[in-house]
Amino acid sequence: MTTALAVRDLHVHLGQSHVLQGISFDVPTGGVTALLGRNGVGKTTTLRALMGLVPRSRGEVSLGGADVTRLPTHTVVRRGVGYVPEDRDVFAGLTVEENLRLAERDADPRYELVYDLFPELRQRAAQRAGTLSGGQQQMVAIARALLNENQVLLVDEPTKGLAPLLVTEVAAALGRAAELTTVLLVEQNLPVVQRLARDVVVLDAGQVVHAGPAAELLADPDHVRRLLGVHGGAH
Amino acid sequence: MRRALQIGIPVAVVVLLALVPKLSIDIPVVLNGPLDNPGTLQLLALCLLFAGVALTYDLLFGFTGLLSFGHALYVALGVYVTAIALTRWEWGLWPTLGLLVAVGIAVPLVLGAVSLRVGGIAFAMVTLAFAQAGTVLVQKNPYGWTGGEEGIGLNFDEIPDAFVGVLNTKNLYWLALGYAVLVFVVVRLAVGSSAGHVWRAVRENEPRVEVLGLNPYPFKLIAFVLASFLALLGGVVWLLLIGGATPEVTTANFTLALLVMVVLGGAGTRYGAMLGGFLYTLLDQRLGSLAGSSEVQDLPDVLRVPLSEPLFLLGALFVALVFFIPGGLASLPTRLRGLRAKREPLPEKAAA
Amino acid sequence: MSTFVLLTITGLGLGAMYFLVASGLSLIYGLMGVLNFAHGALITVGAYAAWWFGEQIGGGYGTRLLVGGALGMVAGAIVAALIELVFIRPLYRRPIEQVLVTVGLALAIGALVQGIWGHDPKPILLPDWMFDTTTILGANVPNDRFVEIGIAAAVLVGLVAFLRYTRFGLVIRAGVENRGMVTALGIDVRRAFTIVFALGGALAALAGVLSGVYFSSIDPARGTSLLIFAFIVVVIGGFGSIGGTAVAAVAVGLIQQYANYWASAGTGDLAVVLLLAAVLLVRPGGLAPKVAH
Repeated sequence: MTTALAVRDLHVHLGQSHVLQGISFDVPTGGVTALLGRNGVGKTTTLRALMGLVPRSRGEVSLGGADVTRLPTHTVVRRGVGYVPEDRDVFAGLTVEENLRLAERDADPRYELVYDLFPELRQRAAQRAGTLSGGQQQMVAIARALLNENQVLLVDEPTKGLAPLLVTEVAAALGRAAELTTVLLVEQNLPVVQRLARDVVVLDAGQVVHAGPAAELLADPDHVRRLLGVHGGAH
Repeated sequence: MRRALQIGIPVAVVVLLALVPKLSIDIPVVLNGPLDNPGTLQLLALCLLFAGVALTYDLLFGFTGLLSFGHALYVALGVYVTAIALTRWEWGLWPTLGLLVAVGIAVPLVLGAVSLRVGGIAFAMVTLAFAQAGTVLVQKNPYGWTGGEEGIGLNFDEIPDAFVGVLNTKNLYWLALGYAVLVFVVVRLAVGSSAGHVWRAVRENEPRVEVLGLNPYPFKLIAFVLASFLALLGGVVWLLLIGGATPEVTTANFTLALLVMVVLGGAGTRYGAMLGGFLYTLLDQRLGSLAGSSEVQDLPDVLRVPLSEPLFLLGALFVALVFFIPGGLASLPTRLRGLRAKREPLPEKAAA
Repeated sequence: MSTFVLLTITGLGLGAMYFLVASGLSLIYGLMGVLNFAHGALITVGAYAAWWFGEQIGGGYGTRLLVGGALGMVAGAIVAALIELVFIRPLYRRPIEQVLVTVGLALAIGALVQGIWGHDPKPILLPDWMFDTTTILGANVPNDRFVEIGIAAAVLVGLVAFLRYTRFGLVIRAGVENRGMVTALGIDVRRAFTIVFALGGALAALAGVLSGVYFSSIDPARGTSLLIFAFIVVVIGGFGSIGGTAVAAVAVGLIQQYANYWASAGTGDLAVVLLLAAVLLVRPGGLAPKVAH
């Protein structure tokens, strides 16, 4: 099994704070790897560091076997990385259609796929993204990442703040995405993780404290509670 | 030991500077005549004056992080209020000084109160706009007071004799030195006070100051009024040195020159601004002489044109400075030490 | 009534120049976060380049103005692009130093122009039809005012169309809102920076040329005086907003004219400053909606 993404000894300093203290993990190709951890351990920072959005003090990142550590963000992304940020970051002043068009990279953007997954976006194509609800914005953010063929999708807490019905919809969409590409998913919602993830990597205080198959970890509520401070399963 | 040096060195420097008018030494190239020559003393006095004025700007920009583009307004205020009171209204010295104090506190209080309602770039633009209003007011020459383009030739009647006349240039020099020392001491004390700590906190991270329960606004206002008042005093000294008021002191270029001085020396450092102010003024005056000199005028056009414009050289030097020495001259010792340290291998980082 | 009409049209002419300068400044700050003090120098470069090209070409005044003006805009765009590539780009992520560099460049370039062409104003010769007046509602309006207003209006339409209908425009609009996310979509914003800077340079140069028409002369200080008002317009109108800039430019131009005439010379400038203070007290972000940075 090949590795879509490999991280070696990654260090990130933000101001005075040594946020990531030498993390290393692999994201195997195909399927979903979940990045777990309590609030503030550095999960979002990890994703941003993989993309080069925060400066890396030390360490290596390789995408599909190629070293991308020194490359600027836009080059890394062009190599095949899709990013769904924590706050969605859709462009409020642009329409839905313009948000998608901006994200186009390849010659053949996959609009059919995207509108198939999110038919509502086709209806609201001319609507300004700033007037969309949180759930709809999340759809735009995911659609944006799926428009192009990517080696890996980096997805940061996609279900945060969403009503249960929407959580199911988003999870389904991510499931579909996982059929097409590798996904590295940061998520606090454990049922969603259970449903989607094949492997998990757990962070604590800027370091990797556990890595292995998802089913194994989630079958052990005590272990889950120790690592994440929540009851395994229920939320 | 360090404390003794911290006080000892500046005191020694001040004493040395105070002795300058008694010394008959030549410093070729840098200066045009021996140290005790009135022309040289005039130049050095100007340099010391701007060392002080630059420091007043540094209080705003370097220490409190307030990028003002209208600081020149307060220097101009000092210049014009004094000139108008003494020359046009023919007031006595003490009433004029009283007026200066009143104006020097009231105007920055009002303008600062308005300007500080916004921050960042908007604040910079508002201060620029207010300074521009000052320029316009001077040009308009209401009631003939400001003299418009021509300015005002100072009426020296009420000025103490010690400061009048070429032979007394050394007294003006000492006045300028006194001003610089005064500004230095006041700024040192202010920055070291508890208000000063808040200023530095505002510069670093203003939202955090609010989170700590402090309202940054009154602190910023205090810094603004203090810096402006000290600048106003500088304007008075300027007026005495130059002998008249000219509108050049109201221009945007003047404030930008202050910014250049502070950045040149190193913003927010102990001596940086003063060093920058001194050097810039020296360069400005001397480059001006250089530009007009026969050596430069004889050069082929390609070289002559840029070299005969002192502002071109200053602008180019400034750009180079920002690129290569962004911390200003005051950061040079640290940089040089850093360069030397690089040659030794760094110890391996301990495992996390 | 006729005075009012004349003042209004003259004010709009002034506003036209402010708009041209301010729109570039606004986009540059909105997208790049750089407060470009060298913009005034670009105005001056454009004005003098146009004048110089006009002199080289010779011939009728209209041709000189047209061709010289076009070449002046090209010069402005090229100089601006060079400034961005050589001086601004290397200082990416160091915004204070970027501003300081533009200050230094403003000083140096201004001094260079003054060194080459001297301190005194150079007269700009206009074709006769521009001197002629057209009567509108009883007012005799010099035709050159219509040229300025017409050009600025065309630029406004062009800019809005550019932003709405082209891919670059899309990138710029998105970048003004959230530069980081644009990069995260695989787009190299730095190229957009250079383009926006060059565009700003061309517009500033155009403003310089038009100011030559408006004042019938060009001088080295013109850039700085226009720049200060342009800054005020940008702050009132809101950074990154073309619509806000247009409205603010018109407001500032008109207020200046009315006040300068009906109160006294110079009052207009003071009135503009008061307007700025008033707007900022009520809406610190300017007239346009907030821009995230």
